[in-house]
Amino acid sequence: MTGLERGRRRRGWLMLTPALSVLALLTLYPGLWVLWLSLRDEVPIFGVSRFTGLRHYAFLFGDARFLAAAWTTAAFTVASVALETVLGVLAAVGIAGLSRGRRLALSFLLLAWAMPAVVTAKIFEWLYHPAAGLVNYVLGGIALNWLGDPRLALPAVILADAWRTMPFVAVLAYARLLGIPPELYEAAQVDGASRLATFTRVTLPLLRPVLMIAVLFRTLDALRAFDIMFVLTGGGPANVTETLTVYAYRALFQMLDFGIGSAIGVIVFGAVMAVAWIYLRMLRLEEA
Amino acid sequence: MRRPPLRARDLAILVALALYALPFFWQLLTSLKPEAELLRLPPLLPSHLTAVHYRAVFEHSSLPRALLNSLGIGVLTTALALVLGLPAAYALARLVTRGRRLVLLAIVACTALPQIATVSPLYLLMRALGLRDTWLALVLAHASFALPLTIWLLTGFVREIPAAIEESASVDGAGMASTFRWVIGPLLAPGIASAALLAFLFSWNEFLFAYTFTATDASRTVPVALALFPGVFEVPWGDIAAASMLASVPTIVIVVGLQRYLVEGLTAGAVKD
Repeated sequence: MTGLERGRRRRGWLMLTPALSVLALLTLYPGLWVLWLSLRDEVPIFGVSRFTGLRHYAFLFGDARFLAAAWTTAAFTVASVALETVLGVLAAVGIAGLSRGRRLALSFLLLAWAMPAVVTAKIFEWLYHPAAGLVNYVLGGIALNWLGDPRLALPAVILADAWRTMPFVAVLAYARLLGIPPELYEAAQVDGASRLATFTRVTLPLLRPVLMIAVLFRTLDALRAFDIMFVLTGGGPANVTETLTVYAYRALFQMLDFGIGSAIGVIVFGAVMAVAWIYLRMLRLEEA
Repeated sequence: MRRPPLRARDLAILVALALYALPFFWQLLTSLKPEAELLRLPPLLPSHLTAVHYRAVFEHSSLPRALLNSLGIGVLTTALALVLGLPAAYALARLVTRGRRLVLLAIVACTALPQIATVSPLYLLMRALGLRDTWLALVLAHASFALPLTIWLLTGFVREIPAAIEESASVDGAGMASTFRWVIGPLLAPGIASAALLAFLFSWNEFLFAYTFTATDASRTVPVALALFPGVFEVPWGDIAAASMLASVPTIVIVVGLQRYLVEGLTAGAVKD
């Protein structure tokens, strides 16, 4: 190795150090600390602070509320990601097919994606209003209590979440569609392929890689979602929209039980890592 | 080049997408409706438009202060992420070869860490440092996602610039600082804009840390003020709608005015790698 190269490398690490130190302080350190907290009884207001081992985890796996929250998280994630992926592909194909007005079209979509989730929650709370909400009006003047009925609340939250996240899938898919050479479509047309056949045989396979990435990102985000249900329903009614994140928040800052709350946070982290790992395995199997 | 004519099919697609954004426009209309007509549906359209809800939000709520807090915290978070992230990204793209993949992997892993897992230690950390209810607490907390995002995006953007351009500059005798100032900087500017925009947007929108680390109007951000929007006897739907629109101002500016950079930043991380 030449001296010049060594100098470049040393300068490189020097330039990396401040960013990596700050990142370690803000992510690695709390990441390890939360593991430690989850192994302890920590109730700051009562001055309780002692080691308890894996007892919180043992408690949680027999806790009906935890199991219900885990189920709600899974249902929310699967339904929201499925809905936004299907709608996102449709929107992307629609925008790519425009001969004019693509910028305007993207503006309509990105507006939903880029605003704070708390605003989305407030908008949908108003849309779902039993007496004066637009949703009930459009459905013909019925009086459904979307956020108050335990059977409707979770679908209502899922709908609001899919609305705000679908544009992410759409923009990624649209960017990929722009890179598909028009000759491919022309060839399909020459071969007499129908529109549907062109979509399933040409468009979808080409979109597959980018959709897998979009689905991964969206799944990880849906598992961690908090704002939308916390503000829209607060986990209610009767806890039917209480996800793991909302349960963790309530344990931490309403029951002030940092041990249990941290343990739930660690479990959410574990779920995120598990999904990412499964995904990477699938990718590797496909490449092999 | 002549613009192609708008076909019927184009129009149908645009109308469908405008309808998709209807929840937003409905909230906009609600924010301009007279109080007495809010809880009546039909009619869909108000008899006249009024700014009374916006006046109420500015005169009787904590939202103006929250807008200032969010703006300050967003700008400082973005500045911190760029000051630390730009040299780091350059080093990862150009200087460090051994260990680069590992560092990048660690940076991506940082973004996978759920906020709900780090919120309790960060809360204890902020309390121990005496930072609760300050801007600094949120700038640091928001840097935990803005910094990895910035490094990741900028590393990709630097790698797109051919190294030969820099080499010819240094052959011409330009030092590292002036190479950066005159050669890389201008080429990287759109990428920096994309990264800065996303960092600011994510800081502006963030709720969990902001809700947990703040206690008073001194540091409450817009999403927190909106979530806690007071209603004494009944929900002030018109005022909430007006506050929602004010909370979405950066969104609207970015989506309408700076869309190119937003889309570039959004797709850069996912489509290329």
